[in-house]
Amino acid sequence: MMYDVVVVGGGPAGLAAASESSKLGLGTLLLDENPRLGGILPQCIHPGFGLHCLGEDLTGPEFAHRLIEEVRRSDVEVKTQAHVTSLAMRSDLVKEVTYASPQGTEAVQAKAVIYAAGARERHRFEVGIAGDRVAGIYTAGEAQAMMDLYGVMPGRRVVIVGSGDVGLIMARRFALEGAEVVGVVEMLPYPGGLARNLMILRDFDIPLYLSHKVTEVRGRGRVERVKVVRVDEELRETGEGFWMECDTLLISAGLVPRVKILRRAGAIIDPATGGPVVNDRLETTLPGVFAAGNSLIINDLVDYAVEQGRTAAKGAGEFVRGNGIPTRRWIRVRREGNVRFVVPHMLGGDRDVWLYTRVSRPVEDALVEVPEIGLRRKVPVLKPSEMLRLRIKAEVEGGRVTLVIK
Amino acid sequence: MTVYKLTCVICPLSCSVEVEVEGNRVKDVRGFSCTRGKEWAVEEVLSPKRVVMTVIQVRGGKEPVVSVKTDSPIPKERIRELMSYLATLEVEAPISIGQVVVEHPLGLKTKIVATGSVEAVETRGHA
Ligand SMILES: Cc1cc2nc3c(=O)[nH]c(=O)nc-3n(C[C@H](O)[C@H](O)[C@H](O)COP(=O)(O)OP(=O)(O)OC[C@H]3O[C@@H](n4cnc5c(N)ncnc54)[C@H](O)[C@@H]3O)c2cc1C
Ligand code: SF4
Repeated sequence: MMYDVVVVGGGPAGLAAASESSKLGLGTLLLDENPRLGGILPQCIHPGFGLHCLGEDLTGPEFAHRLIEEVRRSDVEVKTQAHVTSLAMRSDLVKEVTYASPQGTEAVQAKAVIYAAGARERHRFEVGIAGDRVAGIYTAGEAQAMMDLYGVMPGRRVVIVGSGDVGLIMARRFALEGAEVVGVVEMLPYPGGLARNLMILRDFDIPLYLSHKVTEVRGRGRVERVKVVRVDEELRETGEGFWMECDTLLISAGLVPRVKILRRAGAIIDPATGGPVVNDRLETTLPGVFAAGNSLIINDLVDYAVEQGRTAAKGAGEFVRGNGIPTRRWIRVRREGNVRFVVPHMLGGDRDVWLYTRVSRPVEDALVEVPEIGLRRKVPVLKPSEMLRLRIKAEVEGGRVTLVIK
Repeated sequence: MTVYKLTCVICPLSCSVEVEVEGNRVKDVRGFSCTRGKEWAVEEVLSPKRVVMTVIQVRGGKEPVVSVKTDSPIPKERIRELMSYLATLEVEAPISIGQVVVEHPLGLKTKIVATGSVEAVETRGHA
């Protein structure tokens, strides 16, 4: 079976990509490995979704519902419980997507693929936590699924590693359900989350340990205590540390784009984002394979994941109708100063685009510049935890673009 | 006199707002960039409110629980009481998104609204 577009992943990015693609008149198939659509949204039962793109404050399941309804009303063919195992380039114009489903292994062909497989969570060994292999150690997302999809409490006394939004939101969920949050332990000297989520710590009197690190877990069968050590500016451990009594350790140490399938298919991955290198259509280095959402860059706001899904669908439409994106001299976006990454990596110079970027270190009174287009903006505070989004005008002088943050 | 230092959470500008309070009266508010932020800061100091979210047990459903929220923020000091109450509830499937599960729990102004849907398990005799 040959589709115009196959979308891999039915989270917010994939749902938006699929309905947009169908709106453009493209024959679209959406594949997701779970029995239900929505990606991680069904388990994010807190409000805070859609503030930018809908102007409403919805919970995750409510936001997902809107996107799912949009897909249901369209001509998109949906297959759930379909786990994509590989992507192969048959030619520049034909891709084969193989997936395992309850019916067995199947393969479909597509002119364009939109890859929106989301991200995976870092686990304890990636953040250097040694010690016993015991029950009671979860990633934040695992604990969230237990509590908010299945109604099961993972534990009663919990230590949380990481002060990003995900860690803070889980701190609130545990506290609301009457569990004790013994502490949130953050390696960096500043907290990671948005201001509205940092209020959670005050609301529930939860101690925050900045410049500290959990190094070891002990227990027989189940977590009984964890060792916490202070770290210096270079994140080196200092001193003996102390023990915190708990029955649960929650790891919320960041997300990593899920790109195994893309990498195996030959896409070039940017070490700064962990996601693929893309042009302004969000096309990867594989012709006609696009990326959106958390497998492109880790988005703290669902609004941007949705926006990327729609951009990728428009790119796929251009690819399908034109038998490829017309070749041009791509303009490489260069970065200077306090810029950890910037996406897209290449601009066509023929349209206005959004640039997504993050700083490496927090700065006050930041100056954000793209000298080639005369963009100059003062921002009171920039933090690594808050993505910055900039509109770049098509007319670029001298075929160069540099993003400078000071 | 007490000065409360807050970070406004209404928009991503994140202004630092200071509220000066004497007794139960607000003497001065500084640092906001718009009136929404000013009003928020005063309410946050005098009578903080929060939206509460949890899951409720479901009987006869395809899922064991359904997610719910308060449809308006409730006074912070009532949160614990409301959570204990919600933990005792059980609702019957089917439940559809937006459905009011409880009107005015514990005499609060808010309603408890389902934020997800749960289908009923098909029983014998039905197709
Ligand atoms: C705990 C938490 C709280 C958050 N809170 C907020 C908030 O308050 N406000 C906000 O705006 N944003 C929030 N976010 C961010 C937002 O949820 C994400 O930006 C968004 O979900 C990313 O969407 P996605 O479609 O890229 O990925 P996902 O939602 O992860 O969806 C990816 C989908 O692809 C599927 N998939 C992966 N691999 C395959 C495969 N090989 N085959 C088939 N299917 C596959 C996955 O199962 C999943 O269903 C939060 C995120 C987390 C983790
Ligand atoms: S005071 Fe106004 S501008 Fe400043 S953060 Fe609050 S809402 Fe935004």
